[in-house]
Amino acid sequence: MDKLIFLFAAFFLVWGLRLQSSPESAARGNKYAALGMFLSIFGAIIMPFENSGFNNYLWIFLPLTASSIIGYGIAKKIKMTSMPQMVSIFNGLGGLSAVLLSFIELYKTSFLGGESSLAYQMTLVLSLFIGSIAFTGSMLAFAKLDGYKWSEKLTLPYQHIINIVLLVAILYFSYQYFEVNNDFNLIYLVLGISLLYGIFFVAPIGGADMPVVISLLNSFTGLTAALTGIIFDNKVMLLGGILVGAAGTILTILMCKAMNRSLLNVIVGGFSSSGKQTVKEDQGDVKEINDSDFAVQLFYSSKVIIIPGYGLAVAQAQKLCKEIQEILETNDVEVKYAIHPVAGRMPGHMNVLLAEADVDYSKLIELEQANEEFKSTDVAVIVGANDVVNPDAIDDSSSPLFGMPILKVWESKSTVVLKRSMSAGYAGVQNPLFFRDNNKMYFGDAKDSLQRLSTELKTL
Amino acid sequence: MESIIDFLITNEILIYLLLFTILLGFEVISKVPSILHTPLMSGANAISGIVILGAIILIRNTSPDNYIVLTLASIALSVGSINVFGGFFVTNRMLSMFNKKNKK
Repeated sequence: MDKLIFLFAAFFLVWGLRLQSSPESAARGNKYAALGMFLSIFGAIIMPFENSGFNNYLWIFLPLTASSIIGYGIAKKIKMTSMPQMVSIFNGLGGLSAVLLSFIELYKTSFLGGESSLAYQMTLVLSLFIGSIAFTGSMLAFAKLDGYKWSEKLTLPYQHIINIVLLVAILYFSYQYFEVNNDFNLIYLVLGISLLYGIFFVAPIGGADMPVVISLLNSFTGLTAALTGIIFDNKVMLLGGILVGAAGTILTILMCKAMNRSLLNVIVGGFSSSGKQTVKEDQGDVKEINDSDFAVQLFYSSKVIIIPGYGLAVAQAQKLCKEIQEILETNDVEVKYAIHPVAGRMPGHMNVLLAEADVDYSKLIELEQANEEFKSTDVAVIVGANDVVNPDAIDDSSSPLFGMPILKVWESKSTVVLKRSMSAGYAGVQNPLFFRDNNKMYFGDAKDSLQRLSTELKTL
Repeated sequence: MESIIDFLITNEILIYLLLFTILLGFEVISKVPSILHTPLMSGANAISGIVILGAIILIRNTSPDNYIVLTLASIALSVGSINVFGGFFVTNRMLSMFNKKNKK
């Protein structure tokens, strides 16, 4: 009976993810996956044991009920801009859960006897290690995303050497535990160092690399879930873990590609490692555009593409974007949104923010399509984005951005950049786009600027 | 070396399963369009909470007077299920935003 339930559960989990391939079916897919999860929990609760277990149902239902209420509460209240933080925390909790389970199993094999083949113990220690990185790493990633001051790029002297020493220490103590003496204190050591390693692993990684980090940590949690599946000899756990691992890995690769950087480069510590950028001499003056000119220019064009960046998310200005889109559409202006893969703080973040503001997803276009459409665009409006529209990525081989796939906004007839100041983007380089002839600047906080623009448009 | 080959032979089915699951995972996930990557990630996150099955199995097999194991395992169960429930609810909330238009 329980085997049959697990089989159905596995089917629903896979089918649920399969349905995520289109926005129309994705919500249904999520429900299928949740059903699969529900079935597997049910299966684990009713599955019979050879030596008739103790059940302890109170210890199971109490946490389950409490957590479902807490989880629902968080999920209901969380703002869409804070989604990366929430995913990080949840990911960390998943990691913590796996760490605790591996720890208990090691404790049991050490003090209470039971199965203890070498392969089994190695799996446990590996799961303990990866789970710990996922746990502390995600917590630090959360702190970084939530903008705690102390959590900005922290690089200790000899950071890489320390990391290697920590890894070697983990390997050494694990080896001692397996081969020399089964002293449980060694497990405490391995656990402690692994938790520390998680922090050191994420510490040097900067804010704009967060999409990579979150994806990577996600795949770690998947991996440790799969390992616990092996430990508990449960195939649904194994399957679920591998699916998550695959999702995390694919997203990690995609994010790295979108930034044209290797995973190693991201982990080792961001753009700072690519050498100092020579400051270019004066590139001329930037031209500002005033409210009414901007409004008129937009209102009487035939096609406008908006390029939203993290600045838009920070200012929570997505609803204003939608408002402007609607005004323009009354005058038959075609409005689209070009989304760079790393816009926002996690993969696909910008799409969710715009969906929240009721922007139809058919208006969101991806990098390649956008680059074709710019040629036929009258105005490209860049809201709070910078590095993803930097022409140096194509023109200047000495730029740290060189080679990164970017949105070629300058191919449209004109561009307007909404920005707070002339400060450089995350990569720390100036953007020559601002100085181009067909570019105008519209200074101010994204929300205020769009508000001004919207008010002006309404007078037309 | 011999022990490794032994291990592979005795666990033949499991290794096939592992291999095909990995392929299946990559195949299914790579079809997800980039506009759905955030819900994909939070949904996948919820699925990674499947570790709580281990916690449930563990609790059910632990003697009722072994409070250390029971406490640790129920903490594992609690934090894991926050991940599961929260993950599915929030994914659902996000995805229903993508579909608002169709409902109207």
